[in-house]
Amino acid sequence: SKTRANIGDKIVNLVKTNKKLDDDFYEELEEILIQADVGVETSLELVENIRKSARKNKITDSEKVMDLIKEETARILGVYDTSLRVETDEKPAVILVVGVNGAGKTTSIAKLAYRFKQENKKVLLAAGDTFRAAAIDQLQIWADRVGVELIKHQEGADPGAVVFDAINAAKARKADILIIDTAGRLQNKTNLMKEISKVRNIIEREIPSAPHEVLLVIDATTGQNAVSQAKIFKEATGVTGIILTKLDGTAKGGIVLSIAKELNIPVKLVGIGEGMEDLRTFDPVLFAEALLEAGEENE
Amino acid sequence: MAFEGLTDRLQDIFRKLRGKGKITEEDVKVAMREVRLALLEADVNFKVVKDFINRVKDRAVGQEVLQSLTPGQQIIKIVYDEMTELMGGKESKLNLGSKTPSVIMAVGLQGAGKTTTVAKLAKTLVKQGRRPLLVACDVYRPAAIKQLQVLGEQIGVPVFSMGQNNPVDIARASLHHAKSNNRDIVILDTAGRLHINEELMEELKNIKEAVNPDEILLVVDAMTGQDAVNVAEAFNNDLGLTGVILTKLDGDTRGGAALSVKAVTGCPIKYVGMGEKLDALEVFHPDRMASRILGMGDILTLVEKA
Ligand SMILES: Nc1nc2c(ncn2[C@@H]2O[C@H](COP(=O)(O)OP(=O)(O)OP(=O)(O)O)[C@@H](O)[C@H]2O)c(=O)[nH]1
Ligand SMILES: Nc1nc2c(ncn2[C@@H]2O[C@H](COP(=O)(O)OP(=O)(O)OP(=O)(O)O)[C@@H](O)[C@H]2O)c(=O)[nH]1
Ligand SMILES: [Mg+2]
Ligand SMILES: [Mg+2]
Repeated sequence: SKTRANIGDKIVNLVKTNKKLDDDFYEELEEILIQADVGVETSLELVENIRKSARKNKITDSEKVMDLIKEETARILGVYDTSLRVETDEKPAVILVVGVNGAGKTTSIAKLAYRFKQENKKVLLAAGDTFRAAAIDQLQIWADRVGVELIKHQEGADPGAVVFDAINAAKARKADILIIDTAGRLQNKTNLMKEISKVRNIIEREIPSAPHEVLLVIDATTGQNAVSQAKIFKEATGVTGIILTKLDGTAKGGIVLSIAKELNIPVKLVGIGEGMEDLRTFDPVLFAEALLEAGEENE
Repeated sequence: MAFEGLTDRLQDIFRKLRGKGKITEEDVKVAMREVRLALLEADVNFKVVKDFINRVKDRAVGQEVLQSLTPGQQIIKIVYDEMTELMGGKESKLNLGSKTPSVIMAVGLQGAGKTTTVAKLAKTLVKQGRRPLLVACDVYRPAAIKQLQVLGEQIGVPVFSMGQNNPVDIARASLHHAKSNNRDIVILDTAGRLHINEELMEELKNIKEAVNPDEILLVVDAMTGQDAVNVAEAFNNDLGLTGVILTKLDGDTRGGAALSVKAVTGCPIKYVGMGEKLDALEVFHPDRMASRILGMGDILTLVEKA
């Protein structure tokens, strides 16, 4: 996309304005990270590690340190596996999608379904958001576009019942993958978090090895609150990975660094648009490069 | 997390500063370091924090310490007052002009809460005795029109739609529809879009030109991080915003985006979204937001007691 075009140039920019590896350089680097939503604590730690590493490796040239920065960032993010656990012995593989309101869950599900369909997998969707106005219609339109079947109840129905039906339908139809949409909820709403735990339990009860993936959708424009989202959703649903959406905007999504560091949840996929093809496998190096892209807007 | 930290950290500093006659530069510096950290952790934009801290520093240094206050508390009071002031000081109302129908247009990034918020606004206006018309100008998002229709139904407000027509034409036609159906406020729900999407930003400019809105409200998710300034600046430059609505403030976010957005656009924040239900819209209170961003409820009572 547009914003990814001249990453190379922009990194060079920070280096150009700060040739020497002095305090100014590190200060600017810290500013760039904070402005990418990495958070103060993680930014400071990251810069400190880079400073040490540069010293240890006797790097004095700021251009070489850029590789270090990318390495260090990618190290935090990249120790994890981005693959999805969908090759299960027992069918279907179940993917539960959770997150706060408006993060991009339903759209990401359409994208995932499209991706699996391209891989010739039989996909079934479940309209587990029975709360938001027209959420079911939205998912139905996507299901039709992608060409997959949707299991749904009426608006206001019990999400647990929808999930129960969807699992049985998926078994009966020998679907490879069942993807479950859920209503957006803010993580501080205890009753809604209990409800989603219950949904998870129903899945587990029906298929003991499931859910095979619990994907937390995080909007890349989110600031520090994303850490609390990850923490509480992890406790409630056993999150296995993150889909970072809306990376086609100018936000950098740097908060996933803190999430990876504090909670060991890997980013698996990124959303880069509103179309069903706009889903990519997360690439820590590309991501790290894009984080530093902020350097130019700084001038 | 460091969230609950500011109160404690500042109280520590208070203790050290206690019993001085005048606030020195050094006192301010020490306190400001903590305030800066708290603001960044609350997602206030980096540059906005910088400017803010400089302002407060200038105001604080050299001040006589009020007899009843310790220097630390006084610094906090200055920070709090300055922040409240920066966010508009007091409540700000909708300006609906004198022509009929009045026109309100909601704009913003994808998923910010526009559709929900226009329905909430309509409900609020009905309570004030007005006769709003909701208009479905989002022709892109799957089931966006249906969503607005369902919400309209829930609050008993009619929804004008023209399918997947050109949003500019829909907006224009809605004015005629409002006139001939005795509706006195038109509220446009527009599609979510990125501020860097030139084509879609152009569309908003054209809608604005076609219907000359009394209010162009930017709907901003309270959980937004550092990018809030870029978004707000771009929407403001392209459209000339008249106000902001902050959504999802019922969450546990500090909501520093409020300060960022106000600082870069100068536009007042008029309402806050406090839930998914359609009565969960409240008037924005700058002072409450200031203490929320600072996480200093108890400090405030401390200052008030002093
Ligand atoms: N630009 C951009 N927009 C996105 C992306 N992913 C989702 N969106 C948009 O974000 C908005 C919200 O997406 P949804 O999929 O409805 O989000 P959700 O999490 O299901 O929302 P709720 O169910 O209401 O909680 C829609 O306008 C989507 O088109 C993305 O990667 N990039
Ligand atoms: N908790 C909470 N949820 C909200 C609030 N306002 C909106 N939402 C939820 O946020 C999600 C997105 O809201 P929408 O009104 O669809 O957002 P939008 O800006 O119209 O989205 P697009 O049209 O896709 O750009 C929905 O799940 C809403 O229920 C709020 O104040 N609090
Ligand atoms: Mg949804
Ligand atoms: Mg909408």
